[in-house]
Amino acid sequence: MSGWMGALFLRELRLSLRVGGGALIGVLFFLAVITVIPFGVGPDLNLLALIGPAVLWIGALLATLLGLDRLFQADRDDGSLDLMLMAGRPLEVLVLVKCLAHWVGTGLPLVLSAPVLSIFLNLEPLAIGAVALTLLVGTPALTLIGAIGAALTVSLRRGGLLLAVLVVPFSIPVLIFGVSASGAAVTEPTPFLTPFLLLAALTLISAVVGPVAAAMALRFSSD
Amino acid sequence: MTMRLVAENLSCERGGRRVFSDLALTLEAGRALAVTGPNGVGKSSLLRVLAGLVQPASGSIRIEDGDPELSAGEHCHYYGHLDALKPALSVLENLDFWTSFLAPGRTGARWQPMTPIEALEALGIDHAGDLPAAYLSAGQRRRLALARLLVVARPVWLLDEPTSALDAASEARLGELMSDHLAAGGIIVAATHQTMPLAEVGTLRLEAPA
Amino acid sequence: MAILDLANPTRFLALSARLLPWLAAACVIAFAVGLYMTFFVAPDDYQQGATVKIMYLHVPAAWLAMMCYSVMAISSLGTLIWKHPLADVSAKAAAPIGAAFTLISLITGSLWGKPMWGTYWVWDARLTSVLVLFIMYLGLIALWRTIEDPIRAGKAAAVLTLVGAINLPIIKFSVDWWNTLHQPASVIRMDGPTIHPTILWPLLVMALAFTLLFFVMHLMAMRNEILRRRLRTMQLQAASARVGVATPQAAE
Repeated sequence: MSGWMGALFLRELRLSLRVGGGALIGVLFFLAVITVIPFGVGPDLNLLALIGPAVLWIGALLATLLGLDRLFQADRDDGSLDLMLMAGRPLEVLVLVKCLAHWVGTGLPLVLSAPVLSIFLNLEPLAIGAVALTLLVGTPALTLIGAIGAALTVSLRRGGLLLAVLVVPFSIPVLIFGVSASGAAVTEPTPFLTPFLLLAALTLISAVVGPVAAAMALRFSSD
Repeated sequence: MTMRLVAENLSCERGGRRVFSDLALTLEAGRALAVTGPNGVGKSSLLRVLAGLVQPASGSIRIEDGDPELSAGEHCHYYGHLDALKPALSVLENLDFWTSFLAPGRTGARWQPMTPIEALEALGIDHAGDLPAAYLSAGQRRRLALARLLVVARPVWLLDEPTSALDAASEARLGELMSDHLAAGGIIVAATHQTMPLAEVGTLRLEAPA
Repeated sequence: MAILDLANPTRFLALSARLLPWLAAACVIAFAVGLYMTFFVAPDDYQQGATVKIMYLHVPAAWLAMMCYSVMAISSLGTLIWKHPLADVSAKAAAPIGAAFTLISLITGSLWGKPMWGTYWVWDARLTSVLVLFIMYLGLIALWRTIEDPIRAGKAAAVLTLVGAINLPIIKFSVDWWNTLHQPASVIRMDGPTIHPTILWPLLVMALAFTLLFFVMHLMAMRNEILRRRLRTMQLQAASARVGVATPQAAE
């Protein structure tokens, strides 16, 4: 039963790490976003420390969404998606495994690079830890929600931008609780745990809603 | 009772256009059907309907005496125009993935799936097993895609222009493999412009409505 | 015609194999002398103490980061104009080395700045420009990794490298202008030609050592790239070695 999931996970991970895969480009995009922010708002370190968690979260959100457009499209273009629909495997689990592999290949590097990028934004160690932790818990939700958009736009030539437009509204709650949890860790009176647990709940909800909705969209897409 | 592929009253619409309607066919185990006809008449659509990739506008498809747990499409191998290969993976990695990923259509003593190595040997591309699939020629890519049919046992083969991009020798080899599959009680439906390299084959000719 | 001879990858492999041990030895000697001078000749700064010695790594690394980009830009001209067969090999081999030198200069700059700024990073004009250079290096490497065919990848990267070479001064100017809007000039500052010989000489020797290190690594990376391409050609030949199925007479 788990053999095919392992095979799928390995395949996706290999593809994201080999020539043409997008694993490191996501991190590079993240770095580019973080770098241009001070050119816009100025190099004032106090200001940057204040908005730092939000900037990191928005950077991670954009990097995740823009990296998702090929999640199903690459398989559709070469005929793999047809075979996956006929494979006799539950499509929801297939989507979940693909999302998991995609997150390990592109989301986890974002989480790991966030502490380094935090230095550019003059965050304190406590804030760095909080941002990394909230990203670790929250970015899977972004991937899972984004998978819905990727499945809806799978047959479109210019699906990438549309995907972002479709998915951004649904990712707002994740952004809100992710940023407020990282902010609450630094500012004393506000509790950290409340928004953090809500963030974890959002990820768990998306782990159900994302695969189910994406699988439905993929079934309709086949033609 | 032998396994049968039965389609009744099939109609297919694509993009608002009626491609074919009221089509019925019955294929018993060990039989092959060639679907012929001019371009655009719906040969590929028929195969995709049989594969379960396109919902028919009306009608039903079933596999009699098949696995009741599986849909008709999950009994089928679909060998279309696209090879479903990833250039960045090696030849064996590609084949190993489909071997583990595709659920077998039926476990029976009569269908003995090959191992990936055996399948590559049977198709003459075993020398390239560790090379990236990107390095294969078009014909070799077709043969690698074909290897998928040999490593996972599924009773029905749906082949869309199976001989395209294959040279004469590969075509003859494909004929042997198809004969073996039929002899083991398999079913083949092939959309083709050419005569199939098979001894006995029924023909379904689709004609454009006058 | 030496240049023409070098254009032949086989000749290049033979020549570079003879050259490499000498270059490597010179590099080790230069580093030994340079590091000795850094630690035992160069004085501590009256304000910064021993942390000033980071400069002997930081400044050569920053120079090399820029020199490496110049090498890539010249190589890119070689790819696009003279269609030299080794030019894109040289450009591709130089990119990761340049990125590494840029990263060293960023890290050392940030470590050097920590005692003075109280933080590891400020958006100082010089550091920021180097960061932008670092992103450009990574983008080029990503472009090379994304396009599978080395010839097409080489041409695409050559165009981007040259656009970068034209843009770098503009970026530098913009960043300086942006920076002076917000804060006065940077803390890291070389005092021009009036610099004391006990500081200048270790710095120059270290710069020489870094340059030799660059050439050693660049030659080795070029050799690797040539061998990698040969391997690819051999694999392509191996893939097409057997045509047809089991019957050798049916050749395409």
